[in-house]
Amino acid sequence: MITMEHVCKSYRIAKRNAGFREACRSLFRRETEEIQALKDVSFTIRDGEMVGYIGPNGAGKSSTIKILSGILTPNSGTVLVDGRVPHRDRIAHVKEIGVVFGQRSQLWWDVPVIDSFELLKDIYTIPDNIYKKNLEELTGLLNLGELLRSPTRQLSLGQRMRCEIAASLLHEPRILFLDEPTIGLDAVSKLAVREFIRRQNQLHGTTVILTTHDMQDIEALASRIILIGKGRILMDGTLEDIRRGGENIDETVAELYRSYDIAN
Amino acid sequence: MRNLSSAVKLYKHYISINIRSMMQYKTSFFFSAMGQFLVSFHVFLGIFFMFKRFSAVDGFSYSEVLLCYSIVLLEFSLAEMFVRGFDTFSGMVRTGEFDRVLVRPRNEILQVLGSKFELTRIGRMLQAVVMFLYGIAKSGVAWTFPKILTVIFMLVGGTVVFSGLFIIYAALCFFTLDGLEFMNIFTDGAREFGKYPVGVYGEKMLLFATFFVPYALIQYYPLLFILGRRMAPFYILLPLAAFWFLIPALALWKFGVRHYTSSGS
Repeated sequence: MITMEHVCKSYRIAKRNAGFREACRSLFRRETEEIQALKDVSFTIRDGEMVGYIGPNGAGKSSTIKILSGILTPNSGTVLVDGRVPHRDRIAHVKEIGVVFGQRSQLWWDVPVIDSFELLKDIYTIPDNIYKKNLEELTGLLNLGELLRSPTRQLSLGQRMRCEIAASLLHEPRILFLDEPTIGLDAVSKLAVREFIRRQNQLHGTTVILTTHDMQDIEALASRIILIGKGRILMDGTLEDIRRGGENIDETVAELYRSYDIAN
Repeated sequence: MRNLSSAVKLYKHYISINIRSMMQYKTSFFFSAMGQFLVSFHVFLGIFFMFKRFSAVDGFSYSEVLLCYSIVLLEFSLAEMFVRGFDTFSGMVRTGEFDRVLVRPRNEILQVLGSKFELTRIGRMLQAVVMFLYGIAKSGVAWTFPKILTVIFMLVGGTVVFSGLFIIYAALCFFTLDGLEFMNIFTDGAREFGKYPVGVYGEKMLLFATFFVPYALIQYYPLLFILGRRMAPFYILLPLAAFWFLIPALALWKFGVRHYTSSGS
């Protein structure tokens, strides 16, 4: 179970006007601005739920994911994941989660994928029999087979993403964070990834939290949607709640962003 | 104890995967290692031509200086080989790879250490070994067990001091990503001015190198013992005293990690 209550997070960022003179001036007098990334965010996610976490760029999605995965410390509010405070109890917490950053790889670039998996086995100290069982299952479901023996750099994006997802599930996490898992994938790969995530959720009851801009991901996967904009939770409901009539889903969401005045 | 053995196992695994990655680019590895060898060779030439004109620098002969420099070079190369992950840490912060480190159930330092193992430094070590052998042959040092032990302690202590500098350098990356070139004064700079025993640079420099960044503990004092200019046995242990330098380095690192998790920049 994941609970966030009244979580706030702000950053200080340096600001300056354009131009060389301004750049020199900023060396001595830094002007900073405080950005409120999250303002009083609260929600609860039960075990085994699949939640789509959506919102325009810069809405606070990745800040939330980073707080939930223990990377960031919130300024105020309480965060509890299975009874633990992520940033305080980092090591115990991250054993139970898997994180896929769609834009960044966790596989070693120049060695066969299986070598990266073996390293993960040691990082998470996965017992031999469990590792073997999970590897077999993931290889079958994600159709990895021959891919495991190729170096990561030779894989296509879709092949790589399947390997990334497998990599983050080897240690049987109870919660899976997916940050734009289908970005840049072709139609076949997208379908395969979605199908797999759904199976994983059904088979193992893994809680899935998915951030994406691809509304078809949401349509295919998320039974529940949390909409965030400008650091606030604006809506927490089902796909049916936001869909009116037979409109195209992208238009519906764009309309929703506009109606909350959070489009940028 | 189980934690330690698991950490050692993981570290070995990291080294092995680094080497396997490198072996994908054999030619590149070969040329980099050779480059490292040649770059240090020109320093050797510098010292050689200097001593063509002057027979001694502040009482140190050519072969003695070579002995000194080769040891510093070995220390520096060892540190660069094993602690390269900290030396190139700014990239890890910039690309967000450090987030990945934080979502793994392992000590951050172990993971950063394992992220990079720079085997190409073997070229420079080879150069250092050649100089070292030459220095040994020519300096006329009568090698005894305490002196050999001193050299080993110098290598260990010196690798620690340079590693500490790399860790400090990495910790500063949490606060600012650019403008850290000044740190090179302490790392590459130390390698360069470490050519000559620190004592030749004068009293103030020696004080700095004893109490601020303990170069003298790993170079000057033990060298005096090896060359037979100091007799007291505690000189043997001085290089190990340089371990204190890790305390502020690791404290700064811890502070940096905390800053990172609170600001996320």
